[in-house]
Amino acid sequence: MRAISWVAVNVFKESVRDRVPYNLALFAVLLIGSSFLLGQLTAGQDVKIIKDLGLAAISVFGLFIAIFIGIGLVSKEVERRSIYSLLSKPISRPQFIAGKYAGLVLTLAVNVAVMTLALYLVLAYLTYVEPPTSRAAWDAPGTDPRMLKAIGLIFVELMIITAIALFFSTFSTPMLSAALTFGLFIVGHFNNDLKNFDKIMESKPAILLARGAYHTVPDFSAFDVKTEVVHGLPVAAGYVAATVGYGFAYIAALVVLSVVIFSRRDFK
Amino acid sequence: MTAAISIDNLTKDYQIGFWRKRPYRALDRLSLEVQPGEIFGFLGPNGAGKTTTLKLLMQLIFPSSGRAEILGRPVGDVGARQRIGYLPENPYFYDYLTAEELLRYFARLFGYSGPEARTRAAALLDRVGIGPERRRQQLRKYSKGMIQRVGIAQALLNDPEVIFLDEPMSGLDPLGRKEVRSLILELRDQGRTVFFSSHILADAEALCSRVAVVAGGQLAASGRLSDILAFQVHGWELVMADLRPEVLARIQPQLRKSTEISPQRHSLELPLELPPERLLSELIATGATLVSLNPLRDTLEDFFVRRVKEIGEGARAAGKEGSREGD
Repeated sequence: MRAISWVAVNVFKESVRDRVPYNLALFAVLLIGSSFLLGQLTAGQDVKIIKDLGLAAISVFGLFIAIFIGIGLVSKEVERRSIYSLLSKPISRPQFIAGKYAGLVLTLAVNVAVMTLALYLVLAYLTYVEPPTSRAAWDAPGTDPRMLKAIGLIFVELMIITAIALFFSTFSTPMLSAALTFGLFIVGHFNNDLKNFDKIMESKPAILLARGAYHTVPDFSAFDVKTEVVHGLPVAAGYVAATVGYGFAYIAALVVLSVVIFSRRDFK
Repeated sequence: MTAAISIDNLTKDYQIGFWRKRPYRALDRLSLEVQPGEIFGFLGPNGAGKTTTLKLLMQLIFPSSGRAEILGRPVGDVGARQRIGYLPENPYFYDYLTAEELLRYFARLFGYSGPEARTRAAALLDRVGIGPERRRQQLRKYSKGMIQRVGIAQALLNDPEVIFLDEPMSGLDPLGRKEVRSLILELRDQGRTVFFSSHILADAEALCSRVAVVAGGQLAASGRLSDILAFQVHGWELVMADLRPEVLARIQPQLRKSTEISPQRHSLELPLELPPERLLSELIATGATLVSLNPLRDTLEDFFVRRVKEIGEGARAAGKEGSREGD
């Protein structure tokens, strides 16, 4: 655990010093700010728009962090050969992979927390300035704590994307890893369509391929409860727990695969 | 006594080429042992297999066959790594960290507490000549020589029993090289084992108790430097004073070379087959005086160049043989 935590702290330090999360968090804050301005132009709908745009911003900026830092997590160490001196220390390859993953998840957690805080501050301000009669027409309270369910699921989705980026990073170049991770992210959002592919296609190989993809690619649409939360619709705790469990199972499988590949790799 | 490093028939093959893969043997059945407390020089030209061997010992790559142990434990054993230090060739460290932070990070991996890590980092940076001002700068601002010094410091963080140094003098100025030489001797005096690879033979001659020479992935020679070089006597150097010109002219055909050092003094180079005693008594009888008589030995450099050439010729001959068989 000691080695894993120190590697994780170092990944966090690197991401902070590279200023990438700062910029992304700043962009997210700006986007939330602009959504607030946009809300001013759309009477009665402003709180929904702010919630919608805010949650989408957390998701998109988190995605950028997960992909752009995740793809270099291992490959950068190998390319620059900093791994040579690190792996001569008392740390095993599985510990190195686990530490790298934990470090990026920590970076993501801090960024998502900052963006969440910014979103709640904007919503709190809006609630404060809005007259009680307007507030009564809202589907859900401005600072609705149920939004945390949506943010929690976004965070687990980002953890899966990080694990995918890490997995590709153990054997591939950063460019290819980015393309593959982004590709899986897109396919994962259309996972349900893959299930029903046989209804629109007749080609047997294409149907088999779609079925295979449906069973292997994570179903990211399951993590998207933004619409429900924004409109004040209930999201069952059981659903959230089952989705989180599904996400963690996927993450565990990806990290184990990354360890297996990385443990056999030669650093030429 | 357990050997500090034991290498047994270690072989590494790579597949090279993009479309048509073909095997390439980077290291061929290397066997050697290094005893505790030795400074062991691992010598060879570029591409000889030195770095491959060190990477195998650090388990950065896996052997195709053979095995190796460090301090009686198989390479890759995380417990053994607690007792070793390693400086890679042309090291690269996280450039967003300062030298102090890097050393503290690595010290924490060895299990040192925060204050211990801080103290060790400071002491080692002092030892390698990185002052308090520089050590708080990010490594991206360091010169190659400074990075090399940080690399040496990180290799010594845990008071290792065995230290592996891959081209430790690389990138250092003459003063830095001198400091590293004295550091290596200091480590030996503390009873530590130093295994260092180099193609700078002067360093090996100045430091090593034993050496191994590799060329083309094969072990070309190994042993004590004095043993390797003692058998390489290839003639005699006789320095005589008051040697008359007609006497010199008479013995000239027997000599390999003669040089006038000063008007009254000559250096005569005799081939190995000519026993110096007979010529010496003949010259003394003519009134000349003996100044010195020394065997002419190969320097390590001569030996190194010859063995590398022999191995290269051997490999070419084997290649021709192979291609004839193939025909």
